[in-house]
Amino acid sequence: MTIEVRNVCKSFKDVDAVRNVSLRVESGEALALLGPNGAGKTTLVEMIEGVQIPDSGEIKILEKTWAKDEHFLRKEIGLALQETRFQDRLTVEETLGLFAGFYGLNQVRTREVLEIIQLESKRDTWVVQLSGGQRQRLALGIAILPRPQILILDEPTTGLDPNARRDLWKILEDFKSTGTTLILTTHYMEEAEFLCERIVMMDQGEILADGTLAQLLDKFGEGDLIEYVIDGSNPTDETNLLGGVLSCRWDSETGQGNLTVNSISETLPKFLDLIKNSEVSLTSLECRRRTLDDLFLAMSGRHLDE
Amino acid sequence: MNSILFQLVISQFKLFFREPGVVFWSFGFPVVMAWILGIAFANKGEILRNVAIVTENPAVVSALPKWLHEKSGTVDNQLSGEAELEWEVGMNAGDQARFRFRAMSEEEAVLALKRGQISLWIEGSPETNLSYRFDPDNADARLTYLLLETAFREKISSEIKAEIRPLTMVGIRYVDFLIPGLMAMSIMNACLWGIGWNLIELRIKKLLRRIVATPLRKSIFLISHGLNRMILSAAEMLLLYIFAYFYFDIRIQGSLLALALVFLSGYCAFAGIAILISSRVQNTQSGYGMINIVTMPMFILSGIFFSYHNFPDWLIPYVEVLPLTMLTNSLRGIITEGIGLAQVIQPSLGLFGIGAVCFALGLKLYLWH
Repeated sequence: MTIEVRNVCKSFKDVDAVRNVSLRVESGEALALLGPNGAGKTTLVEMIEGVQIPDSGEIKILEKTWAKDEHFLRKEIGLALQETRFQDRLTVEETLGLFAGFYGLNQVRTREVLEIIQLESKRDTWVVQLSGGQRQRLALGIAILPRPQILILDEPTTGLDPNARRDLWKILEDFKSTGTTLILTTHYMEEAEFLCERIVMMDQGEILADGTLAQLLDKFGEGDLIEYVIDGSNPTDETNLLGGVLSCRWDSETGQGNLTVNSISETLPKFLDLIKNSEVSLTSLECRRRTLDDLFLAMSGRHLDE
Repeated sequence: MNSILFQLVISQFKLFFREPGVVFWSFGFPVVMAWILGIAFANKGEILRNVAIVTENPAVVSALPKWLHEKSGTVDNQLSGEAELEWEVGMNAGDQARFRFRAMSEEEAVLALKRGQISLWIEGSPETNLSYRFDPDNADARLTYLLLETAFREKISSEIKAEIRPLTMVGIRYVDFLIPGLMAMSIMNACLWGIGWNLIELRIKKLLRRIVATPLRKSIFLISHGLNRMILSAAEMLLLYIFAYFYFDIRIQGSLLALALVFLSGYCAFAGIAILISSRVQNTQSGYGMINIVTMPMFILSGIFFSYHNFPDWLIPYVEVLPLTMLTNSLRGIITEGIGLAQVIQPSLGLFGIGAVCFALGLKLYLWH
C-alpha cells in the first residue's frame, strides 16, 4: 500500500476542514478527490504532502511518516500546489534546472522533462511571459522532475481554457503509464472521469462516496434523466403513471421538471404522448445519463462547481 | 561551495540584475543621494536669502524704500526705486551673505511666507522703528535675521569686527558625516528589502511553500538569500565609496579590518531582523507596513543625515542602542575619525547579538507554508 490515512481530523479556528477521514491508496492507483470549494480536498492532500499537520489521526506514506522520514518522503512525492507562481524573470529551463538541483538531478533530466511537458520551444522564455496553461505545465514538470513514486496535483487545471486543460490531461495520461500513484483534487467531474479510475467524493470535510465511476453510478445513481421545460400547467401528476419512472421533480415557478427513469427509450415516447395530449407546450427537452454531479447533488444538495 | 547553494545564489543574482528598477534603487540611488546631498550641503556657496520689505503706504507698494538703498549702498544705483534688489555682504567664508529684497504688501508677504518664498519680512523704517517679522522657531529665519541685522549695523559702524577663520581639516565636512550614514542605510535597506521583502514575496506567491516541499534544506535556502545580498551589499558600499573617494575626496582614516568587522556585524544584525519581520507576514500590505515600521524610526533617529544629538537628552540613550545608530557611528568613526578594531569590537558584538537573537526568534516563528 502506498498511502494510508487513518481517522484524520484538521480544524482551522472554528472550521472543521477534515472530519475523521480514512483512506487507503494502492501503488499505481489514480485517485480523484472530487468536491466543491471548501469540501476539504486541499486540506486533506496538504496533510498527505506534509504541508499541514493533522490535529488527530495518522498518515503513513510508503510505510513512513512525516515526523520521522521527511527527507525521504520529499524525494518520493512530486506535487503541484494550487496557484504557485514561479519567479517571473527566470526562464523555463532555469526554473526547472533550479528545482532539479534541489533533488540532485542533472541537466539531462531537465531536458527530458522539457520534452514531456512540451515546452522545449519556450525553454528560454521568462516565466512571466508564459500563458496560464504553459505555467501549469511547468508546475507539472517540476512535480514529475524527481520521477516520484507519488504524484499529487491540487486542482491542476482550475482556471484554464478547455484546450489548455486537454493538453495537460494528455501529458498526465501518458505519465500515468509509468506506474506512479496519482492523487488529483478537482471540482471538474470530467477531469476525474478522464484521469482517474477511482473517485472519492468529499463535502464538508467528509468522504461521501468512494469507488470507480461505474460503481458510484450503480450504487448511488440508478436511472437516466429526462429534463424538460414546459409552458403551461403541471403534467407531473400523471407522469408517475407512465411506467419506469423512479422519481420526478417539478418547479412550478420556472416550469422546469425532471424524471429519473429506468430506460429513456421506454419512457420517452410515453412522456411525449402525454405532453401532446395535454394543454401544455414543451419548450426544452434533454435526455442524458446521470453524472457525478447529479450524484453529488443527490448526496449533498450542492453542485460540484459551487 | 555547496553546488545547490551556488545555484541558488546565481539564480538570485539573475533575478536581481533582470529587474532594472531594483538595480537602480540598490546601486544608483545611494550614489545619486550622496551626490545631491553632498552638493547641496557641502558646496552651498552663499544662499540667496529672500526678504520682503513691507511698505505701509499702499501707493508705493511696488517700490523699495529709500532707507534700504541707503543702507545697502545702492542709493545712487540705477536700481533705486525698483521693486527688487540683490545685496551681497561679507568678504570671507563664514560671514558672506546674499539677500534679495522685494517690496510687498503685508498680505503678499504673509502669502510668500506660507509658500516658503521668504523666511522673514521687515516693516517700518530706521527713523521710526524697524520690525523683523519671522517665526522664532525657524532656524533659517533666525539666521537670516542675524545676518541682516549684522550687515545693516556694519554699514554704519567702524568698529573692528571679530575675524572668522574657516576650518578645513579632514573629516569635518557635511559630506564626510553623510557618506558613512548612507553606507549604513544601504546595508539596512539591502537586508530588509533584499532579504525580508523577497521572502515575504515568495510566501505570498506560494513559492516558499513549494520550495520547502522539495528535499532542499531550509538552512541552505536561507543562507543563499543572506549570501546573495551580502555580496550585493558589499558591492553597493564599494561603489558608494569609490564615488565618494573620487568626487568628494573622502578617505578611510581607520582600519580596514575594523571596517570589514563592522560591515559583517551590521549585515548580520539586519539580516536577522529581516528574517524576524518576514517570519509571519502573508500579504503585501502587512509586508510594507512591517518593513516601514522598523526602518522609518531608525531612518529618522539614527543620525544618517543629521546628528541625533539635537534630540532631547532623555531620548539619546535609546537612540544609541538602535542597530542603525551603532552601525552608523562605527562606520563614521572608522571613516572620519580613524578609529581601529579595538573601538568597534563592542558595537560589533552588540550588532552580532541583535542579529543572533532576531534570527533565532524568526526561525522559531517562521511560517514556511
